[in-house]
Amino acid sequence: MSVGIIMLVHTALGRAEQVARHWAKAGCPVVIHVDAKVPRKAYTDFVERLSDIDDLAFSLRHRCEWGSWGLVAASQDASELMLSKFPDVRHVYLSSGSCLPLRPVEELIDYLAERPRVDFIESATTADVPWTVGGLDEERFTMRFPFSWRNNRYLFDKFVDLQRAVGYRRRVPRGIVPHMGSQWWCLTRQTLSAILQDPRRHVYDRYFRHVWIPDESYFQTLSRLYSTTIESRSLTLSKFDFQGKPHIFYDDHLQLLRRSDCFVARKIWPHAERLYNAFLGDAEAQASRTEPNPGKIDRIFAKAVDRRTRGRPGLYMQSRFPNWGWENGLTAGKYSVFQGFSELFTDFEPWLARATGTQVHGHLFGPDATNFANGQSVINGALSDSAAIRDYNPRSFLTNLIWNTRGERQCFQYGPTDTPEINEHFARDPNAQISVISGAWAVPLFKSNRNFGEIRAEAAQLQKIEAKMLDELRSPDAKARIRIWTMAEFIEAPMEPLQVIIDEIGQKSVRRLSEAPRMENLAGFGQFLQNLKNQGMHPYLMGDFPVDPPQRHGASRARRPYLVKK
Amino acid sequence: MGVWRSYRLRLQRRRWLIRAFRKRRDLRAIANRTDQIRKSDLLLFSTMRNEGIRLPYFLNYYRDMGINHFLFVDNDSTDGSLDYLARQPDVSVWHSKSSYKRSRFGVDWLNWLQMKYGHEHWCLTVDPDEFFLYPFCDTRPLRALTDWLDASSIKSFGAMLLDMYPKGRIDAQPYEAGQNPLEIASWFDPGNYMIQKNPQYGNLWIQGGPRTRMFFPDEPERSPALNKIPLVKWNRRYAFVSSTHTLLPRGLNLVYDEWGGEKASGVLLHTKFLDTFSTKAQEELERRQHYAGSKEYIAYADGLQDNPDLWCKWSEKYINWRQLEILGLMSKGNWA
Repeated sequence: MSVGIIMLVHTALGRAEQVARHWAKAGCPVVIHVDAKVPRKAYTDFVERLSDIDDLAFSLRHRCEWGSWGLVAASQDASELMLSKFPDVRHVYLSSGSCLPLRPVEELIDYLAERPRVDFIESATTADVPWTVGGLDEERFTMRFPFSWRNNRYLFDKFVDLQRAVGYRRRVPRGIVPHMGSQWWCLTRQTLSAILQDPRRHVYDRYFRHVWIPDESYFQTLSRLYSTTIESRSLTLSKFDFQGKPHIFYDDHLQLLRRSDCFVARKIWPHAERLYNAFLGDAEAQASRTEPNPGKIDRIFAKAVDRRTRGRPGLYMQSRFPNWGWENGLTAGKYSVFQGFSELFTDFEPWLARATGTQVHGHLFGPDATNFANGQSVINGALSDSAAIRDYNPRSFLTNLIWNTRGERQCFQYGPTDTPEINEHFARDPNAQISVISGAWAVPLFKSNRNFGEIRAEAAQLQKIEAKMLDELRSPDAKARIRIWTMAEFIEAPMEPLQVIIDEIGQKSVRRLSEAPRMENLAGFGQFLQNLKNQGMHPYLMGDFPVDPPQRHGASRARRPYLVKK
Repeated sequence: MGVWRSYRLRLQRRRWLIRAFRKRRDLRAIANRTDQIRKSDLLLFSTMRNEGIRLPYFLNYYRDMGINHFLFVDNDSTDGSLDYLARQPDVSVWHSKSSYKRSRFGVDWLNWLQMKYGHEHWCLTVDPDEFFLYPFCDTRPLRALTDWLDASSIKSFGAMLLDMYPKGRIDAQPYEAGQNPLEIASWFDPGNYMIQKNPQYGNLWIQGGPRTRMFFPDEPERSPALNKIPLVKWNRRYAFVSSTHTLLPRGLNLVYDEWGGEKASGVLLHTKFLDTFSTKAQEELERRQHYAGSKEYIAYADGLQDNPDLWCKWSEKYINWRQLEILGLMSKGNWA
């Protein structure tokens, strides 16, 4: 009793020869199918080179186009030859020329000998698996595909559309339920011969001839009719990428493949010298009876597919530049934008740094300079503080900063004096926490020693800019965590909003704030606003400030905000 | 893209190809060993001038990578590099006395050579100071990459230019022939690259790095482009438009993913900033044969006089490709 190996060979005949010898040496009969596309000369040389092996035969050649019937026809002929020529064979293992046995062949023989009635074939109904690429799952069984998907994609797609439009459906032959799965199977003589000698085989063959990718469904479907025990998994380790083409193994996968305990792996790069030497050499029989365990390989390839389809959030680079709306994370991490705080409080930045332990910058998008934390001129990632470079591409500047400081939360000041283009990017970004005290830009004007005419003009302009910024923050597209207070509202009870913001940043323990930032002395601010109004410039963003604030106890002293304790 | 625009680009590509065909007369074959090129060979194309000191390491680096044949255009070198190249068994070299500028900075010459010898080959187009890195380049030869690209029906592979520089003055450590230039210029800027899309050709336009930071802080729009597409499965109908930044047909420029994923990409380590640079900058300034009136070189000459140290506290020291992958400068894509 033994295992018969069918090899479907397309290219890299030298490697196929090596593998065939390996199988034969362990006493497995081998039947080889060589693609009809291989030139005659190469084929005859190949046959010649393998002529010294007794239990080896070549089956009738078919043309094997990917996704076409040829592959099934080749498997059928090779199976028939295998069953008739080698009567001792109990299991037939279908493999390809680029498959590589990873464990000693004896272990495979023993493994199958212990499971004499079991068919190893991955076989699932189309409704239940999301494997298919291109959206054709059930339709591959109910449509016709006269055009090649590889060479004639346009006609292929158009023809599918046409059939959908006119509602064309083929009838599935009576008695079968379409199943699909990996085309690399290992079937028992009983099951395989039952499929091949079925009196209705011509019906099935005629049907599957026009199914798309029949090599993934012919045996998978028909084995369901005859097999007593189906193990729905493939003994061949074979991973596919997001486009449905197999991942390839290289020399650096050696350890990974060793530890996978799989019997056969596909697909091996033909020039992977180390792999072929390692696995086709005289492997010491480890007598390991473990089940195949490709978990780690699965994870690596799943990660590769994820990287290719979703990428690293917040990364913009030469091979990842998402269209608007497809960023999967506009930035790499959370950050906080404060507008009006450093105007209202004299020591807001150092206070915030102490309270949260984050990196607190000044006005990053300030008009003349990029104010990095601690007055640095270059920061993480060698990001320069040149305002010209920053304003040349503000979005790159922001995304670079957040990417470069992954793991460390960034806080910075912003306001109507700063580069305005970046505002809509914050607003759209769920990673941004934006806190605005509207109208606080008036405080530095109020404190400044300038002519009132200038102040009035600047106040008008800043108010206009900030109003536009607030509109952007309030737009339905805004995804950031946004809080907006008017200045009047904020100074009523400054500690409560501050506590909320700090808690949300959530860097330090949940202790209550013990120290408050020092607020500017606002005595006379109401009158200042009134003066602006008297000049015809109505400041409204700061809310309602009475001209003469109601006298409170001790309000004559410079005011320090009170702490809210619960 | 409208029919009209695609027709215009087609005309433009034709024009570049005709121009390349005319410019073939600039080239005189010194050593033509192209009959050695076999069907599946990997080819390297390069133009150079007075880079003799870099060639020994350059050739070995790419031989180890798996390049089978080198095709050089020597733009009238005076340092004996022409003879050196002519002696190499796997190099074909052409000589040109004509203007570098009039050949569109060598692009016409290379377009011609690629049209003639590169058809259906994977062609790597690099300068003698550029060292190509791709994912797994320490364990897999270049052919593994090109086979994978073939299997994935990908025709072009992007690799951003990454400027490497030494710590300290550029001229502090002299470079010797055969030495790995990365031993001296081993630092780079890890995260200050700015990206825009070029709507005309569909490629990305990347700027930044130490050159923008040090030489163009006030006019960053002038700083040189860093996006490159050096590895292409060539077809005689293809044409480089400006250096290896842009190609026609347009589809070859789509080496980036627009739907959130990452495509596989590499890096060109640019070892321009060695002690040879100051003299080179001076010479190029006098020749005035470079792009945009050699603005770049004028800026260098100014910048170099004031402060020739490109290093800063946040510079990163080069270790290997995996480091660059983690930093987000290149990607494995779905190659695993």
